[in-house]
Amino acid sequence: MNHQEDAALARIVRREAGLIVAQLQRRLGNFDIAEEAVQEGIVIALRTWRRDGVPANPGGWLSLTARRRAIDLLRKRAREVPSADEWDAEPEVAAEPEQTGGDERLPMLFGCCHPALSVEARLALTLRAVVGMTTQQIASAFLVPEPTMAQRLVRAKRKITTAGIPFTIPAAADLAPRLDDVLTVIYLSYNAGYLEPSASGRALSDDAIWLAELVARAMPDQAEAWGVLALLTFLSSRTKSRFDDQGRLVLLEDQDRTRWDGVAISRADGYLTTAAALGHPGRFQLQAAIAGCHATAASWDETDWLQILTLYDLLLRWDSSPVIQLNHAIALSHLRGPEPALAEVDQIADRLSGYHLLHATRAQLLTAVGDHAAARVANERALALTHNTAEQQLLRSRLL
Amino acid sequence: MKYVLMYTNRPDLDAAVPEERRAEVYQAIYGWFEKHGAVMTSRGAELQGPETATSVKSAPNGGAPVVVDGPFSEAKENVGGFSIIDVPDLDAAIAIVKEWPSFQLPGVAVEIRPIVDHGEM
Repeated sequence: MNHQEDAALARIVRREAGLIVAQLQRRLGNFDIAEEAVQEGIVIALRTWRRDGVPANPGGWLSLTARRRAIDLLRKRAREVPSADEWDAEPEVAAEPEQTGGDERLPMLFGCCHPALSVEARLALTLRAVVGMTTQQIASAFLVPEPTMAQRLVRAKRKITTAGIPFTIPAAADLAPRLDDVLTVIYLSYNAGYLEPSASGRALSDDAIWLAELVARAMPDQAEAWGVLALLTFLSSRTKSRFDDQGRLVLLEDQDRTRWDGVAISRADGYLTTAAALGHPGRFQLQAAIAGCHATAASWDETDWLQILTLYDLLLRWDSSPVIQLNHAIALSHLRGPEPALAEVDQIADRLSGYHLLHATRAQLLTAVGDHAAARVANERALALTHNTAEQQLLRSRLL
Repeated sequence: MKYVLMYTNRPDLDAAVPEERRAEVYQAIYGWFEKHGAVMTSRGAELQGPETATSVKSAPNGGAPVVVDGPFSEAKENVGGFSIIDVPDLDAAIAIVKEWPSFQLPGVAVEIRPIVDHGEM
């Protein structure tokens, strides 16, 4: 079985899985069983489809399999036997999605991204319940042993049930921060994948864009939802040029811009225009605008650093985190040289001491001002802090 | 669902709060209990300070329990009181707790804990 076919199967699963979990959950009033049943159904489906090919109606197939698994799981819980039997007696047809107005996956997405769960748990739950990734796939994407990931999922689901975390779209007063939580999970999923040259890394980024589009289309009046979609689409336009033939990381500066995906760039531009027309700027739209500046520059030398620096100034008003300040300093170095940038980087050095890109950036700036000994120390520090093999390779080449 | 709300504060930070300010917040707390009275299964209790606490602990070697001075937890936070509410879900509990007047003071936190419902087992 090759990766391409696996990716095609994963896309089919993704289209159906979240909807089936949402339907079963509504039906049973039990997220834990609904989610577990669909997950078991997915594992069975992937095994069967790899062997026999994909059936004509994969959604119906998966829905029926999940239903049968749900009945089995319900039977295991003695108290619920009567309701399981009653349910089993119903004609076995694939449930049609009910017209409830709006995408049924959305309330579930807000539940999975609830602030009462840890960020790791939100990521894992969303990928499993909404995207239909298997525990094994999630574990390998986050470089965590499968039993650890399984344990994390069990704990998260137990908290949802015992703490009474609801699956509802929050009321207007709470919507903005809660939507930000959802969009952050989508953004983090993308980030977890995009520096991995492997197929599973690319699949994760692809899933994140799919999720972003799902949210934007379901909540078309939310500017930041379009902002995330624009941002991730801009970033994905460079997927093919981010690695060379040997899987080595190629920096933006050195990328072959003719290999960038022009269709994706114009699509991202369109999403950003849609967002801007709503008149509610936010951190994801600003980051998308910055990514757009890079995407539309004809060459590295023609990059509009003044525009980018201005956008970072604005972004810092929404998000004054040190990572954004670091990027601000990088933009500054292209406009005003390494010295003022180095001063900015040193101001945040304490707070980002464990972040490899702080040290890698310092090393570049120190090299530019001619302090090669300090640059070497910083590069070594950066190398010790990253676990990504592509980044390790690049940093090693700078130490030669 | 039933939840216990545990109101905590930081005695070390409370010392800096002027008496008038404290009185204002106290007044607002009465209003808060009034507003949310309908979901209060129990108003619970306000507790005397941690310096009044006595703990009885199991003995390390399985001997008779030991009586000691002070709260059993070394944490800086002090549980100042608790209530029990009955609301549809966690979001409803969070919405009520967000209005807790003491959040105007530093170091205040409210822990929301679901109660084990033995009737459901």
